[in-house]
Amino acid sequence: MIDIVRNRKWFFLISICLLVPGIISMLAFGFKLGIDFSSGTVMTLRFSPQIEQGALRQQMSQLGYDDATIQKTGEGDFLVRTRNINSDEKLALIDGLEKGLNTDLTVRDFETVSPVVASEVARNAAIAVLVASFFMILYIAFAFRKMPSPFKWGVSAVIALLHDVLIVMGIFSILGWLIGYQVDSMFIVAMLTIVGFAINNTCVVYDRIRENVRKGVSKDFAVTVNSSILETIARCINTSLVVILTGLALFLFGGVTIQQFIMALLVGVVVGIYDSIFVAGPLLVLWDRGLKNEPKAA
Amino acid sequence: MKTSEILLLLFLAILVGFSIWAIVPLEGDRFGRQGLTLGLDLKGGAYLVYEADLSKKDPSQTVDQVMDNVLNKIERRANAFGVKEPIIQRQGENRILVQLPGEKNVDEAKKLIGQVALLEFKETTTDLSGQPQTNEKGEYVWTIATGIGSDGQTKELTGKYLKPNARVELKPNTNEPEVAFEWNDEGAVLFEQITRRNINKPLGIFLDGQLISYPTVRAIIKNSGIIEGMDMKEAQNLAIQLNSGSLDVPLNVILEQTVDATLGADSIKKSIVAGAIGLILVALFMILYYRMAGLVATLALIIYGIILTAIFKLIPVTLTMAGIAAAVVSIGMAVDANILIFERMKEELRAGRTMGAAVDAGFSRAWLAIRDSNVTTFIACIVLYWFGDTFGAFMVKGFALTLFIGVALSMFTAITVSRLFLSLTARAVKNTWLYGVKA
Repeated sequence: MIDIVRNRKWFFLISICLLVPGIISMLAFGFKLGIDFSSGTVMTLRFSPQIEQGALRQQMSQLGYDDATIQKTGEGDFLVRTRNINSDEKLALIDGLEKGLNTDLTVRDFETVSPVVASEVARNAAIAVLVASFFMILYIAFAFRKMPSPFKWGVSAVIALLHDVLIVMGIFSILGWLIGYQVDSMFIVAMLTIVGFAINNTCVVYDRIRENVRKGVSKDFAVTVNSSILETIARCINTSLVVILTGLALFLFGGVTIQQFIMALLVGVVVGIYDSIFVAGPLLVLWDRGLKNEPKAA
Repeated sequence: MKTSEILLLLFLAILVGFSIWAIVPLEGDRFGRQGLTLGLDLKGGAYLVYEADLSKKDPSQTVDQVMDNVLNKIERRANAFGVKEPIIQRQGENRILVQLPGEKNVDEAKKLIGQVALLEFKETTTDLSGQPQTNEKGEYVWTIATGIGSDGQTKELTGKYLKPNARVELKPNTNEPEVAFEWNDEGAVLFEQITRRNINKPLGIFLDGQLISYPTVRAIIKNSGIIEGMDMKEAQNLAIQLNSGSLDVPLNVILEQTVDATLGADSIKKSIVAGAIGLILVALFMILYYRMAGLVATLALIIYGIILTAIFKLIPVTLTMAGIAAAVVSIGMAVDANILIFERMKEELRAGRTMGAAVDAGFSRAWLAIRDSNVTTFIACIVLYWFGDTFGAFMVKGFALTLFIGVALSMFTAITVSRLFLSLTARAVKNTWLYGVKA
């Protein structure tokens, strides 16, 4: 039998190894923000006949969009990101590209957010996260009200959740400067969904610990926690695995529009599995006796 | 079978039968709903947020009056332009959300809707000899044309004195388009004075401060006039704008999302493929891991899918890309209640209970965990839905709503469909290996 609780310092160490690079990246580079937070314009352009990316870049800078980022999508379309432009500028840009590149242009998707809206969206997203967190913590307090010391259980659950969220944020910060992954309002949605989902598994594990404490499985709390984790390990993995399966199908076949969003969900669910098995339970033991494995003398 | 089970089976049969009737064929008319309601990102169209510049409002009007007027005028313009089912709503104090589903000429529609379209008439300033003055570039120097109204007040001649019956006509000899308009009584009084003093001089016609034409006045005119110097499209749009009246304050687009219909069609195809693959993967996994119970879960999942589609169609829920993603993710979440039940059941079987007792214990003990574990997802959904509008993207709201419905329905199918069929199979098939427990 694997003793997860006894080896908790190694699992905490893995968590720290996952957390630290992300936190450094967040502090040093921050996030690549989506246009709904930072304002700007994103458009998906389709050219017929098709054109080279270099030619498009050159024409864009000739038209005064030196700072535009251009990305080719899987379908041969171009994803162009630039500053916030208005209707007249948009028409002039389309016209300039069609004439300059001698091709027909279809704007398949056009999205523009002005700075006024962007700052509001950022503020509202922050409020939404706070409100959601408040109610979730309230709920956790309610769920653990019958535990011997509800505070300890609630705080451990929240720390485990923060652990998940921080890891996903860190990974997205790194993916931001590696492959241009953005943090936008859908990312916030993914975060809240992850928290809602991860707490399920934590509840399942804690619920089992509570049950086993009542049953008096072992006098040693650490042993009780460990056997509870092992008893629930299959369901924690399986409930997440089915979500991962559907998420993976969406990521691979669902198209580019929601790919980053699904990625955030997937990473979150995977981290959530780790958290519910190796972090949430051991945290309770850490609370009682630190990293030492022998119970404190009573 | 117990009576309660027969009743439940009957209820489920009716529910599923009704759902199948509702969604087959998907495009069929059921309670006035035809097919699924698709959001802008799936069927193409535009999502625009305009901000009204209230600093330019007439001080005698309240903000609400101004906004109501503008909303009315925008609605008239959108309808006259031929947008099907435009959605026009006020947001907050000074914003207007305009959704133009399925609209192909978004740029044109946007311009038509958001332009103030203030029509003004200006006359030339004259030098001492009475000839029109020009500046150093040879252009006329214009000054706003005024007249004495029937109430004795001096009034500027603008589009607000037009009857709402402006129309596009073709000039008989050249076939060029022109907009013909008529003045109301007050407009006629002013126009007569202005044409009278400008005989043989040009009269400038301005739209939002831009000169569009300056015909020379040949006779004194009272009731009507024409505006020329535009192409067909411009003429049609001008006629619509003149009939709706000019907007009380200028509008700026502060947020726009426009999606081409072909991109939406692609997205739908991809989501359907992804959803089908996700469903098959989950079903395979469940059957391989939980055997008989997995089969029951798959049946519950199929029923879940049928009822969910019926709910989407009948309510109707507007489906967006994010909404479909939520629906697909909810397939995974729908199964997790089953997993909690099956795992519990396996434990009970290992502890030596009979099949029937294991099923009952599995459900009653797992139920609390299922209920509790979905509460947090509901909290997240409600908060997201609440804030969805202020997030700037319609994606957020769609995701929250669909996920909420999906999770709620999955709880229902877990305690009805899975429970009923598991009890029934447990009586028929007693081999514990088939439930994932070593004999």
